Amino acid sequence: MENILKIENIEKYYGSRSSLTKAIDNISFEVDKGEFVAIMGASGSGKTTLLNVISTIDRVTSGHIYVGGVDITKLKGNELNKFRREELGFIFQDFNLLDTLTAYENIALALSIQNRNHKEIDTLIKKVAAELDIKSVLDKYPYQMSGGQKQRVASARAIITDPKLVLADEPTGALDSKSAKMLLERFNYLNSTLDTTILMVTHDAFTASYATRVVFIKDGKIFNEIRRGDDDRKEFFDKIIDVVTLLGGDLNDAL
Amino acid sequence: MLYKLSFKNIKKSFKDYAIYFFTLILGVAIFYVFNAIESQTVLLDLNSSQHDLIELLVNMLSGVSVFVSFILGFLIIYASRFLIKRRNKEFGIYMTLGMGKRKISLILFIETLLIGGISLAVGLGLGVLASQFMSLLVSNLFEADMTKFEFVFSTSACTKTLIYFGIMYLLVMIFNTIIVSKCRLIELLHGSKKSEEVKVKNPYICIIVFLISCLILGRAYYLVTDGIGELYKFEQILIPIAMGSISTFFIFWSLSGLILKLVMSIRGLYYKGLNSFVLRQFSSKINTMVFSMSVICIMLFITICVLSSSLSIKNSLNANLDVLAPADIEFMKSVDFNSENSVGYSEETLSNFNLSSKETLERLGFDVEENFKEYVELDVYNTPKLTLRDTLGSKVDYLLKQFKFLNVRTEEDILAVSDYNKVARLYGLEEFSLEEDEYMIVADFEPMYRVRNEVLKTGETISLFGHTLKPKYSECQNGFIELSSNNINGGIVLVADSIVDSSYKKKNYLIANYNAKTKEEKIAIENKIKDLINSENVKEYNFPNTSSRLEIAEASGGLGALVTFLGLYLGIIFLISSAAILALKELSESADNKERYMMIRKLGADESIINRSLFRQIGIFFMAPLILALIHSIFGIKFCTIILEGLGTNGLLPSIIMTGVFLLLIYGGYFLVTYISSKRIIRQKF
Repeated sequence: MENILKIENIEKYYGSRSSLTKAIDNISFEVDKGEFVAIMGASGSGKTTLLNVISTIDRVTSGHIYVGGVDITKLKGNELNKFRREELGFIFQDFNLLDTLTAYENIALALSIQNRNHKEIDTLIKKVAAELDIKSVLDKYPYQMSGGQKQRVASARAIITDPKLVLADEPTGALDSKSAKMLLERFNYLNSTLDTTILMVTHDAFTASYATRVVFIKDGKIFNEIRRGDDDRKEFFDKIIDVVTLLGGDLNDAL
Repeated sequence: MLYKLSFKNIKKSFKDYAIYFFTLILGVAIFYVFNAIESQTVLLDLNSSQHDLIELLVNMLSGVSVFVSFILGFLIIYASRFLIKRRNKEFGIYMTLGMGKRKISLILFIETLLIGGISLAVGLGLGVLASQFMSLLVSNLFEADMTKFEFVFSTSACTKTLIYFGIMYLLVMIFNTIIVSKCRLIELLHGSKKSEEVKVKNPYICIIVFLISCLILGRAYYLVTDGIGELYKFEQILIPIAMGSISTFFIFWSLSGLILKLVMSIRGLYYKGLNSFVLRQFSSKINTMVFSMSVICIMLFITICVLSSSLSIKNSLNANLDVLAPADIEFMKSVDFNSENSVGYSEETLSNFNLSSKETLERLGFDVEENFKEYVELDVYNTPKLTLRDTLGSKVDYLLKQFKFLNVRTEEDILAVSDYNKVARLYGLEEFSLEEDEYMIVADFEPMYRVRNEVLKTGETISLFGHTLKPKYSECQNGFIELSSNNINGGIVLVADSIVDSSYKKKNYLIANYNAKTKEEKIAIENKIKDLINSENVKEYNFPNTSSRLEIAEASGGLGALVTFLGLYLGIIFLISSAAILALKELSESADNKERYMMIRKLGADESIINRSLFRQIGIFFMAPLILALIHSIFGIKFCTIILEGLGTNGLLPSIIMTGVFLLLIYGGYFLVTYISSKRIIRQKF
């Protein structure tokens, strides 16, 4: 299996010498091509920091992150921008669509900053719109769409550039359960049919149960890791709940 | 605690809205400088007529200051309302924490007090420094010598500044309190979340509105330039102004929709880089900004017209002097006294009254030959048989309809051509010769030129002193006899010497150059003449009116200074106010768009593309009103030159260039600062 993401002993510290916070404390793991990985953890566990350093929005204190064989901790300035626009796709909790643009234009923006031809942009959008079932909202503005539609538009924007890795930060956080389910089924479709590699951060066991692997993080360290294997989604969900209970219990002991 | 909050708030917003504080300081400084002019002039060696002019200047400046304070007051209230709106969330948090509205008002009160205090102190300091340089400008404009140079502080200007700005800040405090007392918590907390509805206008309606606006604007342009003859009452000028303002608004309104529609239809252009983003930003803002852009466009237009025409008046007044006052002094007196029109005088007095200018001077003991290097004498004739109505002949009704200001009952000045040639030789003007059956008209006042040419080109004859005369030339010839600071000769009829009937003699002129080399010697001779006017036995005679080159120079220099000062004062205030409003709007836009730019950055756009898109956005908002204002100004300046015809408007180009430099420095400066601070704002990570 080809390694898409390889994280080697990364650490991220905040604050000064006197009051040091270790947001990430020596984490290493790998994501293979075509995997759908969920990272779970309570708030403050360091999962968002992890996503930020992978997405180059933040920098690590030490360690290395390889995406497709390139060490992205060594990239600077416009190299970083180039990396972001060509290798990564983002999906955020609050959609982050530009409210002045229509859905179509929001999706097109990801391609137009890569200086793609408008005819190519049009074909690609038509294709991705069919896959994510958003054809009917392409000409609407974000305020005219439902939360689920917005998140699917954001997902379309994330995958249209055919990125090596799609990063999703609490993608279902602002959705009702029905929309959340619909979105996650789309993620599964993208993952299984189009072989899209997805790394998703969540604190919700239901959301995580759609992944093929779940990595649990606690206090900046990897706590546990479970793979779905041949389980169906319901069984996998139960296993996740077991770990979450353990995590929670552990947390209670610490108090 | 409250004080600490206010202080920290100011410190925080100072970074983002430095440009607003800077404008306040500049406003205070300019206000002080122009109101302190009076005290600067004590350093200068001025004569009484210059003193009168300065008094007039000071009065006018203080009148204009009231107007200026309205503009600045509007700016301050607008800006502070605007800054409060931006802090809704902060106030919302205070209120959820249980802070009362009264306390929030108090925070704002302390803030205004601090901002006002700091801006007044710094502005006054700056103003006092700048006003020291003002004395140099004043002495230069009044062509007066600086007797001494010392540091001057004007207490009256300082008090005035304090009072005017104190009132403005007080008004701001009252407004703030009203705003705070009206607001509701839910709106404070969620006000910013309301998504703005983006309406795309119907392009056909846009095109129609655009075309209609252009037509109205064209009509307004026509009315103030070629069609100016149709405006004969002062109030009527309001019509093209209203037409211009309304069409300015609708042009921005329709153009914003049209441009968006146009670029959107060119897909290759629209989906290139951040173009779609920039254009959507532009259109979503322009819906709300059309009004302020129109206001700013009109303010810029006024600035450009006021600055360029006031500077050109000053230039042309100085330039006119050599051409229009080519001799040192001119005497003019009436010589048609008789027992009918002047009852109660003895024969002897009447004959004294009718003496020529030269004889009058000699009788009073003034040695003409010694004091004057060269001189000419001439007589002007008037007859009720030759009024303007008669010279205009058959064209009179047509011309009256076009030029309603004409007074056709005025008797024409008639001059023998040889007399005129004497003056022309002295002035270095063209000389003429006429046959017995010919007449011609010399003039230099442009509007009358046009009026008279209408009839001269028809070749119509006039009758005078029993002769029938035909015009020698088909248009007026350039010339004049009276010394003046501007072109005011509306027309003198020249005829052959042989036909002049001396019984119609009305006025006698004596025009001379002093027998002097230096300015001091000239002043000495002029003072001798002034002494004559005040001498004992002058009552026995009818002393001629004099107008001298020195007097004209002083008056026009003073007039030039007056216009320049007023122009600079108003121009600069208008310019900084409009630039500051735009800058504030754009800065707050950038603050609002921070998240959008963050978003785009996450999508992987290069900094250079983001900067370029920001530059374009701000550029469009600064340029759009400027471009329309420049187009307005072409016609506005043309209108000014027509209105100020009499004053002369030579040297328009250098003053337009000067205005351009002002615009570039101030407006361009505001633009750059806005761009740089916006760049900083969108780079902040919350």
